[in-house]
Amino acid sequence: MAHAHDERATGTAEGRELAAGERLAFVDQYPAAARVTRLCFGVSFTALLIGAVLGIVQALHRTNVFRGVISSSDYYSVLTGHGVLLALFFTIFFLSGAFTWGTSRSLGRDLPNPRFSLAWFGLQLGGAAAVAAAIFGGFVGQIPFEADVLYTFYAPLQAHPLFYAGLAAWLVGTWLAGADWIRSYLRWRSDNRGERVPLQTFMVLTTMLMWYISTVGVAVEVLVFLLPLSMGLIESVDPLLTRTLFWYFGHPVVYFWLMPAYFAWYTILPKLAGGRLFSDPLARVVFVLFLILSTPVGFHHQYADPGVAEGFKFVAMTNTMFLLLPSFLTAFTVVASMEYGARRRGGSGYFGWMKALPWANPAFAGMALAGLMFAAGGFSGIVNAGMNINSLVHNTLWVPGHFHLTVGTASALTMMALSYWLYPQVTGKRLQLYGVAQVQPYVWFIGMALMSNAMHRAGLAGVPRRTAEPQYDQVSFEAALGSIPEMRLQIAVGGALLTLGAALFAAVMLATWFADRGRGRLRVDSHLPEPISGPEDAPRVLDNFRLWAAIAVVLVAIAYGFPIFSMVADGPFDPAAPPVPVGVVDAALGVFLG
Amino acid sequence: MHVHRFERIWLVAALGMIVLFVGTVTYGAVVAGYGMVDAEGGQVDATDPTDGENFREPGVYNGSEPGHYDVYVETRRFAFVPGTAEPIRVPAGSTVTFHVVSVDVLHGFEVAGTNINTMAIPGQKAVVTAEFDEAREYGIVCNEYCGEGHHTMAGSLEVVPPGEFNATAEVSA
Repeated sequence: MAHAHDERATGTAEGRELAAGERLAFVDQYPAAARVTRLCFGVSFTALLIGAVLGIVQALHRTNVFRGVISSSDYYSVLTGHGVLLALFFTIFFLSGAFTWGTSRSLGRDLPNPRFSLAWFGLQLGGAAAVAAAIFGGFVGQIPFEADVLYTFYAPLQAHPLFYAGLAAWLVGTWLAGADWIRSYLRWRSDNRGERVPLQTFMVLTTMLMWYISTVGVAVEVLVFLLPLSMGLIESVDPLLTRTLFWYFGHPVVYFWLMPAYFAWYTILPKLAGGRLFSDPLARVVFVLFLILSTPVGFHHQYADPGVAEGFKFVAMTNTMFLLLPSFLTAFTVVASMEYGARRRGGSGYFGWMKALPWANPAFAGMALAGLMFAAGGFSGIVNAGMNINSLVHNTLWVPGHFHLTVGTASALTMMALSYWLYPQVTGKRLQLYGVAQVQPYVWFIGMALMSNAMHRAGLAGVPRRTAEPQYDQVSFEAALGSIPEMRLQIAVGGALLTLGAALFAAVMLATWFADRGRGRLRVDSHLPEPISGPEDAPRVLDNFRLWAAIAVVLVAIAYGFPIFSMVADGPFDPAAPPVPVGVVDAALGVFLG
Repeated sequence: MHVHRFERIWLVAALGMIVLFVGTVTYGAVVAGYGMVDAEGGQVDATDPTDGENFREPGVYNGSEPGHYDVYVETRRFAFVPGTAEPIRVPAGSTVTFHVVSVDVLHGFEVAGTNINTMAIPGQKAVVTAEFDEAREYGIVCNEYCGEGHHTMAGSLEVVPPGEFNATAEVSA
C-alpha cells in the first residue's frame, strides 16, 4: 500500500493540527530522506537569496534608477550570476530535495543508502560552488577567474575552465541523484510486483528520464568542446554546433524547472484547496507527453539562426505547439481541483466559489497565484513558439518578460509555497513568522505583474534583452502602448518588490530553521487524499517507462539526427572560430567606449 | 480509461487551438510568403568572411533587379560595419536583402520595431529580405550579448527618398 505510512492521519480538513508529541511529520518517519531534503533546500534558498540581490542590482542599473553599485561592464557578471544561480541552482537543488521527499513518501521507504545520497548532494554542491567562484571572481581584479558568459555560455566566448568543470561536476551530481531515486523505485518494485507506480514516483521517474536524455547535449558541449577549448587543448569550435547542443538541453531544462511545480499542483494543491486530485491517469498522461515531446523542440530557440534549414525549424515548431497540450491539460486540472475543493468548502456560483478558497494559507495562495501567472506566461510562450511572429520579439525584453512568468513565477513561487508546507515536515518545526509568509506570495505576484508586463511591452518596441543600458544614442524605441520611461519605472518597482518577496521568504525559512524542534504544533500533515479517479483507471501501458523512453529517443533522433549530422559532416570543429576570452577587453572596447 | 466529460471537451478544444496555431504559421510561410532566416546563406570563414566567394566587402550594392539592393554587414565587437560609424542608407520603395556575418563572437542584428531580427554566428551567413515603403530612420541594435561593451553596439538604417540616394554603382553577383 503506497500510502500506508500516513493512513493514521486521516483528517483532510485544512489546517488540521496534530499535537506536538503525536505528530506524523515526514522527518520522524524517514529521517535520512528528510536530512537530504533539508540540505538541498538550504543550498536552493541560498542561491535564491543571492540571485535576488543580483536581480535588484540589475533592475535598478538597467532602468537607470540607481547605478552606484556596478559599472556597465560588470553588469554582465551580475547577469550571469543571476541567471545561473536562479535558473540552474535554485531550481534544481529544490527539485533534488522535493523529489527525494516525494519518492520516499510515495514509496513508503527511506533512502536506500544515505551515504550515496550525501555523495550526490556533495558533488552537486561542489560543482555549483566552483561555477559561482568562477562567476564572482569576475568582480575581483586580482583573481584570474572570469565567467561573464551568461547563462547560455555561447562559444566562442570563453570563460575560465573552472566554470565548465564545475558545470560538469554538478551535472554528474544530478545524474547520480536520479540514479538514487531509480534505485529506490527498483527496490520497491521487487517488493511490490504488479502494483501501480505511486503517482509522485511516476512523476519523478518520467522527469529524470527526460533529464538523462536532454543533458547528453550539454554534457557533450561542455566536455568535448568548451572545457578543452578553455584549457587550450583545442584551438577552435563550430559556434553553431555548440549552440545547437546547448539548446538541445536548453528547452528540456525549462521543463525541469516546471516539473516540480506540476508535481506540487497535481499532488498537493488539490489537498490545500480542500479537495483531491481530479484524475490520476491524466496526470500520468501529462508527464509522459512531457517526456516524449520536450527534447525534440530545441530548434525553436534557433528560429533566428542562419545555418539551420527552415524545415527543421518547422518540425520543431509543430512539436512545440503540441507540447502545449500537457500544459493545457494541467491548466484544466489545476482550476478544476481548486473549484472542487472550494465547493467542498461551501463555495458556490460561477465564479463565487473562488471566495471559499483558503487565500490566507500561504502554501495555497502561492501555488494558486503561480498557476494564474503561468497562464499568462503560457500565452506569451505561444508567441515565442510561432516561428514567424517570433521574429518581432526574438532576443528582446519580451523574452525575459516571458520567462519571469514561467520559471520566475510558476516555478519559483510554487517552490516557495511548497516550502511553507513541506519545510515543517522535513524539519519537524512549526513554520515561523506565519503572518509574513501569508503576505509574501502577494508581494511576489504584484512585483511580477508590474515587471513582466512592462518587459513584454518594451520587447514589442524592440528594446533588447541582456544589455546594461536602457538607451542607445542611435536608436529611439517607439512604444505601441504606454511610454518607455513608464515601463522602466515599472520594471524597477517590480524588481524591488520581487527582492522584498525573496527577503520575506528567506526570513520565514531562517526563522523556522532556528526555531526549536517541537515548539508549537506543525499545522500541516503529510497525508495526501486519494484522487477522484485513481491509478486503477490508468492503462497499464502508462507505467511502461522503457517504452516511453524509447519513443522519446526515436523522436529526438528524428528531430536532431540530420541537422547535427550536417553540422558535423564538414568536421566537428568547422567552421572554425577561435575562442574569445571574456577577460580580455580588446582594443575595440577602448575605441567604441571612447 | 475514464476521462471526465469536461476534461474531454477541454482536450479537444486544446487540440483544436494547437492545430489553429500551426495553421497560422503555415499560412504565414506558404500564403503570405514570410521567409525565415535559414541555411540558404551558406558558410563563410569564421574570422575573415570576405575571404571567399560568399561575402563581399561590407556595403550597399545594387541588386540584380531594379529596386532591389544587397547590404553586406559585418558585425564585430562592438560595431556594425556599415551601420555604426556611418548609417546604412537605402532608398524608399525598395526591396533590401541583408547579408550578415560575424568576425568574432555571436551578435544580434535587429532593426528595432520591425521583424528584421537575426543572429550573426561566426562561420554562417544570415540572409534576410525586407521591403521599405516609406522614408524614415530605424535604429539597429545588437541583441545578443557579445562582451563587456555589448551595450555600446548599435547603428542606424536610413531609408531616404529615392532622389537623395546614390548607391555603390556595382551590381551584386
